[in-house]
Amino acid sequence: MNPPSTRQDSQVDRTSANGAPSPLEIHDLTVAYHKKPVLYGIDLTVPAGTLVGIIGPNGAGKSTLIKAIMGQLPATSGWVRIFGQSFKEACTRVGYVPQRESVDWDFPVSVMDVVLMGRYGRLGLFKRPRLEDHDIARACLEKVKMLPFASRQIGNLSGGQQQRVFLARALAQESDLYLMDEPFAGVDAATESAIVMLLQELKTRGKTLLVVHHDLATAKDYFDNLLLLNMRLVAFGKTADVFTQEILQKTYGGRLTILSEVADTVRRQT
Amino acid sequence: MSLIPPFDFQRVFVEPWAEGGALHGWILAMAVLVGMACGLVGNYLLLRRMALIGDAISHSVLPGLVLAFMLAHSRHIGVMFAGALAAGLVTVFLIEFIHKKSRVKPDAAICITFTTLFAIGVVLTSLIDKGGLHIDAECILYGEIAFVPLEPPVKILGRALGPQPVLQMLGVTAGVVVLIVLFYKELLASSFDPGLTASLGFNVTAMHYGLMAALSIVVVSAFEAVGAIMVVAMLIIPGMTAAQLSDHLATRHWLVGVHSILSGLLGLHLSVWLNCSMAGAMVLTGAGFFVLAWLFSPSQGMIHRWRRPDAPGDTVSQFQ
Ligand SMILES: Nc1ncnc2c1ncn2[C@@H]1O[C@H](COP(=O)(O)OP(=O)(O)OP(=O)(O)O)[C@@H](O)[C@H]1O
Ligand SMILES: [Mg+2]
Repeated sequence: MNPPSTRQDSQVDRTSANGAPSPLEIHDLTVAYHKKPVLYGIDLTVPAGTLVGIIGPNGAGKSTLIKAIMGQLPATSGWVRIFGQSFKEACTRVGYVPQRESVDWDFPVSVMDVVLMGRYGRLGLFKRPRLEDHDIARACLEKVKMLPFASRQIGNLSGGQQQRVFLARALAQESDLYLMDEPFAGVDAATESAIVMLLQELKTRGKTLLVVHHDLATAKDYFDNLLLLNMRLVAFGKTADVFTQEILQKTYGGRLTILSEVADTVRRQT
Repeated sequence: MSLIPPFDFQRVFVEPWAEGGALHGWILAMAVLVGMACGLVGNYLLLRRMALIGDAISHSVLPGLVLAFMLAHSRHIGVMFAGALAAGLVTVFLIEFIHKKSRVKPDAAICITFTTLFAIGVVLTSLIDKGGLHIDAECILYGEIAFVPLEPPVKILGRALGPQPVLQMLGVTAGVVVLIVLFYKELLASSFDPGLTASLGFNVTAMHYGLMAALSIVVVSAFEAVGAIMVVAMLIIPGMTAAQLSDHLATRHWLVGVHSILSGLLGLHLSVWLNCSMAGAMVLTGAGFFVLAWLFSPSQGMIHRWRRPDAPGDTVSQFQ
């Protein structure tokens, strides 16, 4: 006879009723700046252990999508669930690499300090990074080949090196879901392929990654899934299925999609 | 040359401490405490590119003080702090509100907010004067550190501990130090990358308003005793000097401490020599240290750059 299930068991049952909750589930998400929508009705469920490339033209709303997932921008409608929870509840499970220009490079922090910031979420209020956190930070720097620069002030690095430091910081977060905004911007080819290897390794360890990427030529080889975005979700699926002439045309095509045309008209009127 | 009195070592450096040593001791203590409290908060203002906010709050505190005074009919320090806090937070909120809800740039938003609030303070002050109450706007804006030892002392169990403004400033400075020690990593991360810090689950807005609250308290408790020039200057000068010398925030905090001791001490002697305003002399000395740091900083000073024009770029060539 089985003992009656404990409270913990029932909780596990609840979340795993139809498999574990998806790392990222977005329903009918609309985001607006100053009342002008830039993302319309995004519906999306990302399975665990996938490496997703987000592609779309400039101003398509890629950065906006990432910020909205992290609750940094309020949604006009819809919701985002991360591992079945709100972002606030699940924030320690999410790692983030910002688009480069959002940072003050004169800031008095060393490379090591920046990577240690990745540990802050786990430490919580008041606690200082421990020896263990320093070890993890050092290991992450080693992975992106930046350990020799650990004590450098971050402004004294090349653009590609800075990008690798932010990658190391995201690694130090030891998250399950990674959101990366153009991690390849300004990186040389050797570094780029090293980063791709790293992303693929994370994927095989069961992590889920969403990576904004600009280069269509390499997108097909880097990512097993693609999310094509232009104000609305044009397509999301296996690279082989969605990387087609027709869908790319729809995303990038000389003609704007109908929705963005509507938005433009509205914008002109207000 | 008769403008500048002859330099007499005995008169300038020895006599202040031989006669009226206690007097000068309190002045120096006040100067150092103001320098430290303002400089530590100022370090974060500089990092967040909010140097102007210090200026704004030091003006917009006036209506807060006047309103608190009108409502409570008291100059108790709790009342003053409440008034200053409210004024400081309202200022910051208004600046952000104007900036976000219009196309006004942050610097313009700051200017319109604090000048308007200050004007409200001036008008309120004259209204009070007509009503028979008296509040001295001059005194609020142009306090002078030399008068600090003349303030009534705080007595505990019949023993005089020291002038009230100095002890109050000691409490405030200690508070600032404790807050920085407790929230060092949160303040660092939220100043550096608010987006990431929020994504790690920290409340960035609370950090921001907390810093502004601390700034308001520091400003108001320094302000009445030492005057606006010294407060606004000390919010920025020590931090800027430290920034020339170090690329590490904790080191910058220590350097701010050193800067406030040196500029207080040498400024005091300068004012004895020139027979001029003490607050003015201390600010000048502090600015002098900034110029020295700017010229001679080992890593980023003008001299260093002049001798090695390629200095900041040398690192890129080492990239693999
Ligand atoms: N802070 C803002 N205020 C108003 N509009 C904004 C703001 N940030 C972005 N937008 C607008 O939202 C739209 C989407 O911007 P977003 O930054 O998400 O684009 P993106 O896909 O990341 O582009 P890129 O490839 O250039 O990084 C753009 O039309 C942009 O003009
Ligand atoms: Mg972007």
